[in-house]
Amino acid sequence: MSLNILVFAKQVPDTKNITGKAMKEDGTVNRAALPAIFNPEDLNALESALQLRTRYGGKITVVTMGPPAAANLLRQALYMGADEAVLLTDRKFAGADTLATSYALACAAKKIGKFDVIFCGHQAIDGDTAQVGPQLAEKLNIPQITFIEEIKDVKDGKLTARGIIEGGYEIIESKLPVLLTVLGTANTPRPQGARRIMQYKKAVTKSELAAKHNGHVYEDANPIAEEEKALRAKNLWIHEWSASDVDADPARIGLAGSPTKVKAIQSVVLTGNKGFVSVPATEAGVAGLVQELVKEHILS
Amino acid sequence: MSKKKMGNVWIFIEQDGGKIADVSLELVCKGTELAKELGVKTEAVLLGSDISGLAPKLHEFGCDNVFVADDPGLRFFTALPYTSVIVELIKAHKPNIFMFGASPVGRSLAPRIASTVLAGLTADCTELKIDSFEDKAANQVLPNKLMQIRPAFGGNIIATIVNSWEDPQMVTVREGVMKMHAPVPGRKGEVTKVAVKLSVEDQVIQVLERFKEAKSVNLKGAQIIVAGGYGMGGKDGFDLCVKLAEALGGTVAASRASVDAGWIGHDYQVGQTGVTVRPRLYIACGISGSVQHRAGMAESSKIIAINSDPNAPIFSIADYGIVGDAKDVINKMIQAYKGGS
Repeated sequence: MSLNILVFAKQVPDTKNITGKAMKEDGTVNRAALPAIFNPEDLNALESALQLRTRYGGKITVVTMGPPAAANLLRQALYMGADEAVLLTDRKFAGADTLATSYALACAAKKIGKFDVIFCGHQAIDGDTAQVGPQLAEKLNIPQITFIEEIKDVKDGKLTARGIIEGGYEIIESKLPVLLTVLGTANTPRPQGARRIMQYKKAVTKSELAAKHNGHVYEDANPIAEEEKALRAKNLWIHEWSASDVDADPARIGLAGSPTKVKAIQSVVLTGNKGFVSVPATEAGVAGLVQELVKEHILS
Repeated sequence: MSKKKMGNVWIFIEQDGGKIADVSLELVCKGTELAKELGVKTEAVLLGSDISGLAPKLHEFGCDNVFVADDPGLRFFTALPYTSVIVELIKAHKPNIFMFGASPVGRSLAPRIASTVLAGLTADCTELKIDSFEDKAANQVLPNKLMQIRPAFGGNIIATIVNSWEDPQMVTVREGVMKMHAPVPGRKGEVTKVAVKLSVEDQVIQVLERFKEAKSVNLKGAQIIVAGGYGMGGKDGFDLCVKLAEALGGTVAASRASVDAGWIGHDYQVGQTGVTVRPRLYIACGISGSVQHRAGMAESSKIIAINSDPNAPIFSIADYGIVGDAKDVINKMIQAYKGGS
């Protein structure tokens, strides 16, 4: 058996490790100061894909949508063991909500063409919506299994997995192709391989290659085209697709394709300490508090 | 432009083995409030097998009508057949608002439906209200829209989101966020039977095996909660919270960080991705108090915050604040309580 596996991943600001430097003076978060990381549960999705490939053979293509710098995420995926990488990047994709995002990703999946299993992380830490996976499955008209903790097996054109339900779990079987959303508890993502880093750090996108040549336009020979050919031959080429490359309908991507609009954003300002009774951390202070709570029948 | 009649407020009813999920009843209660404000009806969407007996309960909680799709193929939730049935209902009846519990079922089903009918969907709302929305891009003011309010960006912002396309306006809401009212015994309503014809394509997913156990802890009903956060430093430190909870006759709980660290199970997690609680007393030990955590406990009657960092946001909602080493303070508290009673 040989499986065509797609993994959809997202580069996200590291919202979990907001340090003092990322806070503005007014107490709100300076997003620009947050490092961009591989969305944690997408690493679990990639790990599940790698394990599946080890068992059944096949090919893993990792796809991400994002700014040109999201190529870094794809290189990380190659370091971990992915076979091929696709960067979906275009200003026209900007401002997409989950519906417009899943449409764009579906266009990319259709351009790739063949897939048996699609992996997504359960949710991304910047939005925490968990919506793109199921919406992508719907756009591709394939079944979905969500909240996955374990892939049992693949046989006779069917995949069996264990997924979480309220208060328990289910073993679910689905016909291929199927889309799975993977939880952080499913596995421990492997580290990047040192040899693979040496090999794939040279992998570039079209834009990165052009930038390397400083946007120079060559008249006679075209070293850029030749370098691209050489990189492709060595599998060091990260595909870079625009909205028109994947035949996306402009009305369904980016802000235009997003039904949800943000009416207001309120930054959570970390306010100073006020309005509470300060109790000293001493024996007498704590005892006094306990007595007061007992007196008020809050403690019995 | 003809003025269209406004659709009703719908609630997806999650049930398992004939027991309706609490979150669904909470949403029915919230739904009746929104429907009243909009002057429309509250309707439930109930799918399953042998479930028609559940409709009277939904009427008593305030539903004017219950759509019942009863079919052996709908016994366990799987995304495809549930989506097919509900999408047909949406097309036929055009609801204005459609609410789902943010459970594994709701979070799998709602996005699939939203994608099919091209509706906006907002996950994990913590507040819902009706207001007008000025759509600057389309240069129009839309009255009576659903304001979908939720923390985002790791809890560093609170976003108000509006669906600017055609209805339904879809949301998921976590259990415990909306308050449940008392039902009105004997309240009557309609039942609309839904014909179910499942296609072969709808049934490519099979549930082979199912394991469920009752929740080991009922945080929602607890009156005294001692919650430990990352500041407890380790499993040993966290166990001090267990000791304090035992001493006070309360229940232990945790922040996401403690659960992620493996000090205690997910059933004990308070906050946006856990349980929402409203105890008489909430003692937050070594919990910095992210928005997500506060969303799950801010309505506690009395809050004691114990933290070594005087700038921890948990203090902003505390009634009593103790700046100090949480372990040391807990030991003193156990001593004081035991000594005094």
